[in-house]
Amino acid sequence: MTVTQTPNGFKLDDSGKRIVVDPVTRIEGHMRCEVNLDENNVIRNAVSSGTMWRGLEVILKGRDPRDAWAFTERICGVCTGTHALTSVRAVEDALGISIPENANSIRNIMQLTLQVHDHLVHFYHLHALDWVDVVSALKADPKATSELAQSISPWAKSSPGYFHDTATRLKKFVESGQLGPFANGYWGNPAYKLPPEANLMAVAHYLEALDFQKEIVKIHTVYGGKNPHPNWLVGGVPCAINVDDIGAVGGINMERLNLVSSIIDQTIEFIELVYLPDLQAIASFYKDWLYGGGLSSTNVLAYGDIPEKANDPSADNLRLPRGAIINGNLKEIHEVDLRDPAQIQEFVTHSWYRYPDDEIGLHPFDGVTEPNFVLGRNTKGTRTNIENLDESAKYSWIKAPRWRGHAMEVGPLARYIVGYAKGMPEIKEPVDKLLRDLGLPLDALFSTLGRTAARGLEAQYCARLMRHFQDKLVRNIKAGDLSTANVAKWEPKTWPAEARGVGTTEAPRGALGHWVKVKDGKIENYQCIVPTTWNGSPRDPAGNIGAFEAALMNTQVEKAEEPLEILRTLHSFDPCLACSTHVMDRDGQELTRIRVR
Amino acid sequence: MVNSESFYDVMRRQGISRRSFLKYCGLTASALALGPQFVGQIVHAMENKPRTPVLWLHGLECTCCSESFIRSAHPLAKDVVLSMLSLDYDDTLMVSAGHQAEAILEETIRKYKGRYILAVEGNPPLNEDGMFCIIGGKPFVEQLRYAAKDCLAVIAWGSCASWGCVQAAKPNPTQATPVHKVITDKPVIKVPGCPPIAEVMTAVVTYMLTFDKLPELDAQGRPKMFYGQRIHDKCYRRPHFDAGQFVETWDDEAARKGYCLYKMGCKGPTTYNACSTVRWNGGVSFPIQSGHGCIGCSEDGFWDKGPFYNRVTGLNAFGIESNADTVGLIAAGAVGTAIAGHAAVSVGKHVKGKESENDKNEREHV
Repeated sequence: MTVTQTPNGFKLDDSGKRIVVDPVTRIEGHMRCEVNLDENNVIRNAVSSGTMWRGLEVILKGRDPRDAWAFTERICGVCTGTHALTSVRAVEDALGISIPENANSIRNIMQLTLQVHDHLVHFYHLHALDWVDVVSALKADPKATSELAQSISPWAKSSPGYFHDTATRLKKFVESGQLGPFANGYWGNPAYKLPPEANLMAVAHYLEALDFQKEIVKIHTVYGGKNPHPNWLVGGVPCAINVDDIGAVGGINMERLNLVSSIIDQTIEFIELVYLPDLQAIASFYKDWLYGGGLSSTNVLAYGDIPEKANDPSADNLRLPRGAIINGNLKEIHEVDLRDPAQIQEFVTHSWYRYPDDEIGLHPFDGVTEPNFVLGRNTKGTRTNIENLDESAKYSWIKAPRWRGHAMEVGPLARYIVGYAKGMPEIKEPVDKLLRDLGLPLDALFSTLGRTAARGLEAQYCARLMRHFQDKLVRNIKAGDLSTANVAKWEPKTWPAEARGVGTTEAPRGALGHWVKVKDGKIENYQCIVPTTWNGSPRDPAGNIGAFEAALMNTQVEKAEEPLEILRTLHSFDPCLACSTHVMDRDGQELTRIRVR
Repeated sequence: MVNSESFYDVMRRQGISRRSFLKYCGLTASALALGPQFVGQIVHAMENKPRTPVLWLHGLECTCCSESFIRSAHPLAKDVVLSMLSLDYDDTLMVSAGHQAEAILEETIRKYKGRYILAVEGNPPLNEDGMFCIIGGKPFVEQLRYAAKDCLAVIAWGSCASWGCVQAAKPNPTQATPVHKVITDKPVIKVPGCPPIAEVMTAVVTYMLTFDKLPELDAQGRPKMFYGQRIHDKCYRRPHFDAGQFVETWDDEAARKGYCLYKMGCKGPTTYNACSTVRWNGGVSFPIQSGHGCIGCSEDGFWDKGPFYNRVTGLNAFGIESNADTVGLIAAGAVGTAIAGHAAVSVGKHVKGKESENDKNEREHV
């Protein structure tokens, strides 16, 4: 094979030089990427492979469904809590359990806390150094840096002295010769476009954000007892409310509510005075670098989240939008039904799993995950020392989910495109303003930079929603409602003999779904399709490439030996590999040995 | 390494005076049982020694340990990473990728042979020739063995590296295996928890850097200073347990008053960790304070000890400070029925295995 046209519109050419990036770093989990470059260093074929597999779904079989949140929460410690929330929703859906309003507000606050925290840490600590050259920051003039910072934000830490201190610390660090996590970066690569002062400002904020992020998660600690991995409860939330009575220190009391409220204020301030101004300043130097759109201009999917009222699953009740857009038609938003076997199916033709028939996709209620680690005949290397993958065969631990047969992109950009197309003012207006300020057309949104920008705007929206739901919680308490849990169906003897349910959230990285079947009080089957399964999916039987692969296509790489552009685009999705790799051997049977075809 | 920011530089930058620094060196000498003649050597070492390199590997895991680590309030994660040690390799934070990242691993191992710390988050799967976790086209277990060969010591972060954790729960399809079962010729310091508390993680590291020795470990390989007592021993709700005041169902009056969560399945009585003392996220709370029982996440095999909401039975519930007679008196005299039934089955038993009959029954069904 040299040149192939994919059904979703990409021309793949694997004749050029093959580049491998493994490990892909600054992500959650383990992933590998291979690309072919043409003679002009343009990516003409892209292969993304999930390189880990853990097995949680089989481990869940036979367990108490009320415990499932704790197991699934451990799918990912970066997007901590979102799997747990998805799980309690799936179990409540199956068992017909409604939750109190206060529980809905507290769950929303926790989910929004995750969104904001995750987006902030992603931007500064996992993604910024794809745009920011740390070594160039050494050349910055602290006074000029201060002027730059003060011109874009009233954030208090912006004096020449402050940036002088940051520069001194950075200089000492670099001169020590022990560069730690900054060693072997692609410093000085021509793809870095920021002037030294912008680089220094960003480095200062990298450190400030590292200090500040630990404050945001204290909201999880108040309502869930710890972070990462706070505690959840089927039927509500575990934290009782007591604002008047003896023993109030044993629950959510005035001091706790004040603590949360104060953190929300600080969070909004940090997002609006540091994150967003930095994002806009950095973007203004990369306006010409609009690679990486991939599937975003054609196919995007969102399940929606943040229900305004408890127990109302309708799309109108969701503050983050639900819907699917296909073939780039923003005028038509398709309804998404996760129970419909015709809508969502997973394929394993190019994944290291076996189906009864590998060519036919399965809905998650009937999902099977039997590992089958087989490498294609054109693989270079050996089975335990892979040099090049053969993408014509199986090449990833990630399955390929499809919506009505389409490969879809999920995540902040997908949510923002759906919300924009729906005309939601809280989404459309900030997008329009940012594009106007940068002097960019709407099409610019369909890019690596657009993905990064949507994440920042969403962090602001979610931070403000935290305030909304915290205020709502306090109003409800004031009205005399202290209820946090519905225990009517806590005991298994109250459950039907057989039940099945679906739970969804919008995780920071995109649409997340859990499908559970309960039989005789135990989990009979459990399946998850997570955001990185959508985005990082390998090819399907029809030959459609997934969102990561699509986004890398046709990108110009400055230096083949320094994969900065590849990292930049992959990071814009915020990949989460522990999440994405399916994990079930249906019968817990002896695992198959590898066979090289 | 003349330009290297030394430990002394770090302390000075954090506002510690020369005088305090010298005093600290003197105290260190006595802590290490060295005579005053060694103080000068310690001063010299602290002033000049390069930051200890740390290689932080990731196997099968969820990255909750890294996330916890960066939450550390004292010391701040940025000071640990930039000034106290040299975090040379860490897939989650490092800028470089691919072969440039792998080159760093090789360089540190070569340059600091026998002097670097290996931190491991997650564990290696051994089934499928290790290919359930692939780094650079090869099994993770190879990278782990390679990096462990010349290290000074291994820190096993979290319950994955220490015990196996969730991917090793039955039936453990990938044969996820804790680090000490693969690396058998190096000291392994287990810092369990899912995840461990941030300040416990940074304290274990800074203890080693400050006192130049490994922390004292218990029989299971955990630092005694943080894992020597059960959550129950220092739980602020313990008086309610002793008084027989229990939450009976979620969000009942007792829950709102912060009574004991024992009947809701709290594993505090059998879990060795610092949650009820150090607490979480800068001391804000811990699971029990926020209304949910402890799920025992720092204990070996906690996923397979029965449903989280089944109460622990058959334990020596009354702890190290009291004996069965005194507790029996309190239970009978002051509390009445609530604890009496429980006391009848548990008083006098010294069950260290912490596995209840319920658990055993449950496991047979799983």
